[in-house]
Amino acid sequence: MNQENRLGIVTEASLDKGVEVRLDIPVSVEDMVVGRYVTIEGQKRRFFGMITDVSLGVTDPRLTVTPPDVADPFIAEVLTGTSTFGTIHVSPQLTIGGDAGSLLEGPQPVKTIPGHFSAVNLASERDMELVFGKEDPQRFNIGNPLDMELKLCLNLEEFVKRSNGIFGKSGTGKTFLTRILLIGMLQKSQAVNLIFDMHNEYGWAGTSESGPPVKALKQLFQSKVAVFTLDEENSRRRGVSTDFVVKIGYDEIEPEDIVLLRQTLNLTEPAVEAVYQLRRRLGKSWLQNSLDIEGTEDTRSLLDELSIHESTFQNLKRGLATIRRLPFIEPHAPVDAVKRILDHLDRGISVVLEFGRYRDITAYVLVANMLARRIYAQYQERTEKAMAEGTAPPNPLVITIEEAHKFLNPEVASQTIFGTIAREMRKYNVSLLVIDQRPSGIDSEVMSQMGTKITCLLDNERDIDSVLAGVSGKSELKSVLARLAPKQQALIFGHAVPMPVAFQPVAYDTKFYASLTSPGRSGVEQVEKDIEELWE
Amino acid sequence: MRFINNQSPDKIAEVIEAGTTQFTAQCYELYELPPLGSLVKTGDIYGIVANATTAGLEPGRKPIARGRDEASEEAVYRSSPQLTKLLRSEFTAVVVGYKDGENLRQYLPPNPARIHAFVYLCPPGEVREFSQTFGFLNILANAALPAPTDELIAAALRRMSPAHEDSRAFLVSAGKELAALLSSQYDQLKSILGRLTS
Repeated sequence: MNQENRLGIVTEASLDKGVEVRLDIPVSVEDMVVGRYVTIEGQKRRFFGMITDVSLGVTDPRLTVTPPDVADPFIAEVLTGTSTFGTIHVSPQLTIGGDAGSLLEGPQPVKTIPGHFSAVNLASERDMELVFGKEDPQRFNIGNPLDMELKLCLNLEEFVKRSNGIFGKSGTGKTFLTRILLIGMLQKSQAVNLIFDMHNEYGWAGTSESGPPVKALKQLFQSKVAVFTLDEENSRRRGVSTDFVVKIGYDEIEPEDIVLLRQTLNLTEPAVEAVYQLRRRLGKSWLQNSLDIEGTEDTRSLLDELSIHESTFQNLKRGLATIRRLPFIEPHAPVDAVKRILDHLDRGISVVLEFGRYRDITAYVLVANMLARRIYAQYQERTEKAMAEGTAPPNPLVITIEEAHKFLNPEVASQTIFGTIAREMRKYNVSLLVIDQRPSGIDSEVMSQMGTKITCLLDNERDIDSVLAGVSGKSELKSVLARLAPKQQALIFGHAVPMPVAFQPVAYDTKFYASLTSPGRSGVEQVEKDIEELWE
Repeated sequence: MRFINNQSPDKIAEVIEAGTTQFTAQCYELYELPPLGSLVKTGDIYGIVANATTAGLEPGRKPIARGRDEASEEAVYRSSPQLTKLLRSEFTAVVVGYKDGENLRQYLPPNPARIHAFVYLCPPGEVREFSQTFGFLNILANAALPAPTDELIAAALRRMSPAHEDSRAFLVSAGKELAALLSSQYDQLKSILGRLTS
């Protein structure tokens, strides 16, 4: 093994608590950072682990009580690495056996620990490649592990098979990370995306805290992305070429959508109950009809019949009026938005739905839930049909939602479609990409079903706990997570990666755009286009 | 008995008392004692000078003060030339290793030194060779000595360091060895390290 990378030897270990490594004399404790990867050379197998703690040790406690005269360089030099030494705490994640069979099998989860005094080395690029694989048709480079010049590749085919979450405080780079992942999905997986783009950041140009606006999906993948908008005027003003303007008819709104908005619309419990009754009684156009109800005798008798109290009804009416005021809501939608979205998705074109100026949470929750519910129903139907007839199922669909805690909080998670998708996962080829800054607000049942979680810096104890719930080595990961830089560093763990890794996402710049023009079909197209231009 | 090769320096003393762990030698010249901590050799046994005394030949007879009317200390010896014969300088060395054929062993020899064996001061080359490893530190640390162990270890390392090209590096690695040896006796370690730098 390369001596340059040698860090020290194992002095203590337990499967539960991890491995203590005493650093060799020339290794400075200051070069050790949490989140870095090391390999431990056991006698029969190699272990891969992550540094999760760094500490100083002394052989004699009296050293700490009466510290030596460190001004004397001689004394300092003698004591460094002998009486005083550095230790790192490594949490082993994967292991690979030495025999040919195990090598073919690849890294496996850790079930044992390395022996006493096993040598510990910094993981080399080859080690990391062995674990994470190289960039290939399924794997997409999402960044590089902290302090390593190495591409961290994510298997996106695997990634989209489960619902996933991206978390982090505001301003930690969630949006950039999401954009990178979406691009990866567009490039390397069969999945199509439906993105509920609350802040208009994914379709056309996105904003950057420093510097000029950055390119977004449509600009990078003209033929694979369609931008839908709820606010045509706003989109036009921003110079976005939109493919469709979404309008929603009253008759498309179902009682379930209202339930979700209970808090935002300030509805009482009986008012929500009344919605169901009204729907049953008044049929599809219940919303329009309910709003039209005036204080006449007929009305009173209707309300009496449904045993809805007058004040409840007024409460409901106020709430529904808020919905009606949303400009994209019309008595009757000219074109069925859901159908248009599905048409695009069927053709393998991802859809970004921009909300324009309607960024308030009522509009977002209402539209996202409504559209997603109907699209999911269609997918369910089609998948079941495909299964029965043995035909190809529809393209896997990834629905991206922001402010996810509004849809997935414990109170409403059981009622919203997103709760269902997150729980039932990929049965019907639909999964979620959840983006949120308050993961503690998300139902723990939903959190536990998420395949891969990527989290930027979080500093709220409850948020950290909820993100890491159920992960082995939680307390160690916690220290890594809490020490991520406030920007452009993230921790990824779960289904799509063999072990947790802290990484720095790829820089989202012109170099990145250029790397996307793979020398595949698009390159050939470009050449053909160039030749055509020459002959003109 | 094997004799030391001819390039060795002159003999300085002769063994008058020998044990497995220590030997005592009497110097040929009064006061011509090897310094504390220096590496000496008798036969193939190495020792480190741990204690030295100068006293009258006969144990029961103490020297008397003679300098009342003399101008200088040298004058005392000039006017009583028998003194150099009546007094003797002796030193005790801790056995720290021996030469087993070509190999240097830093542990106790199978047999002690012999009485009347000559004692030589080791030249720098030999000191350097001997101090390549630090096994002797453990023997010194555990020896029962009249002089304090800390003092002796520090003196021995100080005496050895000039024989090395990079004497500081030598002291640092010796210090590290000591730190491991005295890992639970920090106070002792501190006092030795304090005596290594001047």
